[in-house]
Amino acid sequence: MSAASLAAKRRRSALRTLAFLSPWLIGFAVFFAYPLLSTVYFSFMHYDGFRTPQWSGAKNWRYVFAHYPLFWPALRNTLWLVVVMVTLRVLFGLGVGLLITKIKTGTGVFRTLFYLPYLAPPVAATMSFAFLLNPGTGPVNSLLERAGLPAPGWFNDPSWSKPALTLLALWGIGDLMVIFMAALLDVPKEQYEAAELDGASSWQRFRYVTLPTISPIIMFAVVTGVIQTMQYYAQPLIAGKVASGVIQGAGAQFEPGYPDKSTLTLPQLVYNLGFQRFDYGSACVVALVLFALSMVFTALLMRRRGGLIQAGD
Amino acid sequence: MPENSRSFRKVAAAVAVALLATACTGQSGSGASDDPSKETTLTFWHAWSAPGEVAAVKSLVAGFEKKHPNIHVTVVGGMTDDKINQALRAGGSKAPDVISSFTTNNVGKFCSSGALVDLNPFFEKSGIDPEATFPKAMNEYTQFEGNRCTVPLLGDAYGLYYNKTAFAKAGIENPPRTWSEFEADAKKLTIGDGDSYKQLGFMPNYHGWESTTEHYLAQFSPTYFDADGKSNIAKDPAFEKAFTLQKRLVDELGGYRRLETFRSKLGDEWGPQHPFHTGQVAMQLDGEWRLAMAEEAKPGFEIGVAPLPVPDDRIDQYGKGYITGTIAGIAANSTKQNAAWELVKYMTTDTDAVVGFSNAIHNVPSTLAALKSPKLTYDPRFRTFLDIAANPHSTTTPASVNGGVYLVTIQQFGYDYESGKARDLKAGLARTAAQIDTDIAQAK
Repeated sequence: MSAASLAAKRRRSALRTLAFLSPWLIGFAVFFAYPLLSTVYFSFMHYDGFRTPQWSGAKNWRYVFAHYPLFWPALRNTLWLVVVMVTLRVLFGLGVGLLITKIKTGTGVFRTLFYLPYLAPPVAATMSFAFLLNPGTGPVNSLLERAGLPAPGWFNDPSWSKPALTLLALWGIGDLMVIFMAALLDVPKEQYEAAELDGASSWQRFRYVTLPTISPIIMFAVVTGVIQTMQYYAQPLIAGKVASGVIQGAGAQFEPGYPDKSTLTLPQLVYNLGFQRFDYGSACVVALVLFALSMVFTALLMRRRGGLIQAGD
Repeated sequence: MPENSRSFRKVAAAVAVALLATACTGQSGSGASDDPSKETTLTFWHAWSAPGEVAAVKSLVAGFEKKHPNIHVTVVGGMTDDKINQALRAGGSKAPDVISSFTTNNVGKFCSSGALVDLNPFFEKSGIDPEATFPKAMNEYTQFEGNRCTVPLLGDAYGLYYNKTAFAKAGIENPPRTWSEFEADAKKLTIGDGDSYKQLGFMPNYHGWESTTEHYLAQFSPTYFDADGKSNIAKDPAFEKAFTLQKRLVDELGGYRRLETFRSKLGDEWGPQHPFHTGQVAMQLDGEWRLAMAEEAKPGFEIGVAPLPVPDDRIDQYGKGYITGTIAGIAANSTKQNAAWELVKYMTTDTDAVVGFSNAIHNVPSTLAALKSPKLTYDPRFRTFLDIAANPHSTTTPASVNGGVYLVTIQQFGYDYESGKARDLKAGLARTAAQIDTDIAQAK
């Protein structure tokens, strides 16, 4: 075969490959690459949505990091939720999954009971929690007081508002429970039998058989949990608004993170800056911070674990 | 130059051109050349959504269409400012020609960006003097730096509601006219119950529904910005006086923590269990709409209405209050601006139209003529709000290039000061002023 025909064959092969890849490549370009590049571009522009964007250099970056008083509280809250809420959700989801796979009777009932809260719309669920945890009139505090236990301020107390949001997230554990349950049922029974023959205790069976087998699923739960928490918007916003008692009219300005900015998260800032203050440049800066944080967390987790799929998985 | 580098530059240039092309969205000028006597259809976006309010808007528009049979109006309700902003930016055949917003917060942005057209030439063309047509405060909040890009479409006035039965029990004969009288009455009306209250004279906390910083401040006639557009809150003594008064009320009525705990047990602002309706709070700073809502809740006491108190040294200004309201404007990218002006002019300056709309919505009329109209139907107590709206000493919050951001910043400092988190008032006001200036510089 001549060199020319070999080159033509290679070109045809490359074009064929490109044709097969094109639906994904177009989707990637339109829905990921273009928005990402636009976000980077607008983060250096002064753009209010009406007038032509103008180059503003690092002004938006300086404003967000040095002068925007809500950025650091929102970042701290988001990181708190990533570390505490994601960890507790994964542990609780795994615990419920283990429990559900172990019980012999009424499995269907328990699975349904644990899964149902996940189906509740976030707005309705958050409002219900705000009423249940109302420090003055909520049934939770009434019960705690009757039992002689301290009754926290929940969504009305800056030091309890994030734990209250975590409780809400644990209540809706159905998604992780299903994933862990499927993973746990997939662990080969022979491995447990072999471990038992070797005299392994139940903890050792969990540690050396269950955990290594389901670790890719745990990693998946952690990574998706981190990304979801980075996008955590509706629940803290609604909890703060309901607890503050000040429900502003349509279009009214944003009251940041009642109580005392403790329920403020980074996605709320993106909305506030972009769609209430029409400062799209600064909103893009916060969006890029979120993107960078998601990438850093994911990279760290993947590096530590060596990826979701390991040799032999 | 290597081939790869040239290709890269070409790609980079193409990407930059594409990004610029997509980023530079259309922005038409304000040239109004359409003939309003010709057959045309306008699109009108508003924010009202309750069935009664939507019916009132329809009736208002029907009145216009009867008067202008060649102009038809497509009405779209439930539109908030973020949606309006998007439509004003994007334009297109389905975008609104006329918009209406519940909040005056974004007037500065709408005017300075040119999203809404300056209505001054339209007023001149029609021989209407806005200064002689609308109350002073409403004239202020509908323009920014001389650009009158919006016009008031009904207004809200804030006053004092009081429980006449509780007043009689406490031996108070008349509503307070000064803040000193108010403080004394609030204390007299407060009946404790352990760590809580059987009856609270007044909920002074800034989260106490409408007792926001700007509503308190209005009674002190503050100047929010100096002639250079810089925040004036650290320089104008009105701010220090207002913050000091509120903090004293908080401390005298039980302290921040005790009041907040009590507040968390109370009903919400828009429901029948509002603490003023239930008698848990004896005095309430609120807008004109509260009267109808409170009567509907059938409280077991007689409701009194009065203007909010004024500082002791400004007793001559008793009767003033805070004014805000709904606004209307014409989209800069509308190709039917003359026809749109006919609709805006009718809705906002035709006395009978304004009165009819006010009667239906239970808001304050927004023209001086409508405020005096004999066709207004209202509870005699509602007269207080009409007088507040017409009072030349009544104040509002001025439009700013970044909307209501400066109000949120002041309110944030208010939360810190009332709770004791911020103790040095002067330093706090200076810090807040600096933040306001930084935010405005960022928006410019």
